[in-house]
Amino acid sequence: MPDHEHPHHHHNAPLSEIEQRVKQLETLLVEKGLVDPKAMDELVDTYEHRVGPRNGARVVARAWTDPEYKKRLLEDATSAIMEMGYAGRQGEHMQVVENTDQVHNMVVCTLCSCYPWPVLGLPPTWYKASSYRARAVSEPRAVLAEFGVTLDPDVEIKVWDSTSEIRYLVLPQRPKNTEHLNQEALAELVERDAMIGVALVENRDTEG
Amino acid sequence: MDGAHDLGGMHGFGPIDRSQQENFAEEWEEKVFALTLACGMQGKWNLDQSRFARERMDPAHYLSSSYYEHWLHGLELLLVEQGLVSQGELDSGVADPPATFTPVPRDKVPVILSSGGPTLMETDRQPSWQVGDRVRIRNEHPAHHTRMPRYIRGRCGEITDHYGAHIFPDIHAEIGEKIPEHLYSIRFSGEELWGSNSADQRSAVHVDVFEPYIEAAAA
Repeated sequence: MPDHEHPHHHHNAPLSEIEQRVKQLETLLVEKGLVDPKAMDELVDTYEHRVGPRNGARVVARAWTDPEYKKRLLEDATSAIMEMGYAGRQGEHMQVVENTDQVHNMVVCTLCSCYPWPVLGLPPTWYKASSYRARAVSEPRAVLAEFGVTLDPDVEIKVWDSTSEIRYLVLPQRPKNTEHLNQEALAELVERDAMIGVALVENRDTEG
Repeated sequence: MDGAHDLGGMHGFGPIDRSQQENFAEEWEEKVFALTLACGMQGKWNLDQSRFARERMDPAHYLSSSYYEHWLHGLELLLVEQGLVSQGELDSGVADPPATFTPVPRDKVPVILSSGGPTLMETDRQPSWQVGDRVRIRNEHPAHHTRMPRYIRGRCGEITDHYGAHIFPDIHAEIGEKIPEHLYSIRFSGEELWGSNSADQRSAVHVDVFEPYIEAAAA
């Protein structure tokens, strides 16, 4: 879905039971003085339009091109990510886990939906749904296969279950034949799923 | 608590629905998200209490409802439990009396989001375990909020990192008090968790584990 497209509501259709319940609750909370509708707009706007996986992609691309930065990122991810201007709620304590030829990392939250908001935005619906939360820890290879990722059997998979306030970001492997690309062009290659660890970064550059 | 939210390793949910790429599938979900965060900014409850409210949903309902319905349930429960709205107001949708509170204004939202809620704390206590130690997760089944998933209980793993001391979620949810406990990353082999016939050889799960959940492996 494009960045600025709002979820669809059919204006002619009658409200569903849950839509009615939420509308009634919103009216009540505004009336009680608990919620400012403009603050609600600000909250949605922040995570729908301003904070998202492009932030994480810039962190990854910089780590690929700046060895000193990568070192800082792996040693103290919270500070290194803050250097790029990304911090705050659900990213207070960051860890970056690096994919190599020997190790592939993927991230889940089996108990709820913990996810590094400042670098990836809000999680996709599948990340919060039962199937991913149940299966990522017990059959990661099968889960990866559903995402179209088949790893060499010798590659060890490390699954990070986010059971505390530590938030994990996967540093994917830089694709081959991308030496001619600058940081900005590299960031364009890095999709959200690669930073969750359910995709690899592909070189989409036809010149490469 | 051993609730329906503790999903790690469960069978029967089928393939992952990759058509669900969006953060909000429907407009009411945006509203629930924003209402939950805005009400949370009143400071009447913390994140662990918020999680515990969702976890107390009827298990059959939890598994058959969508993610933001869990949030809606949790928000309504907290509003009533903390006395911000009465059950009568919730049922009728009519504020009685109105305008009792002062909402967090729009211009305060960015600073609240960017400061977040750090959980790292100072403590005089030394960590009981070191990187490289082999430990076991206690076989305990507390009825209160906990961040010790079922699938690691009684299992052995190796400490691979020490993250300092963080707010202990169990007590934070129960009485709101911030007690520091050492937090470790523990590596469990796929075989230890899922058996020697498990489909995924050469896999491991790293779980963030608080010190009170841990005992010596030899015990």
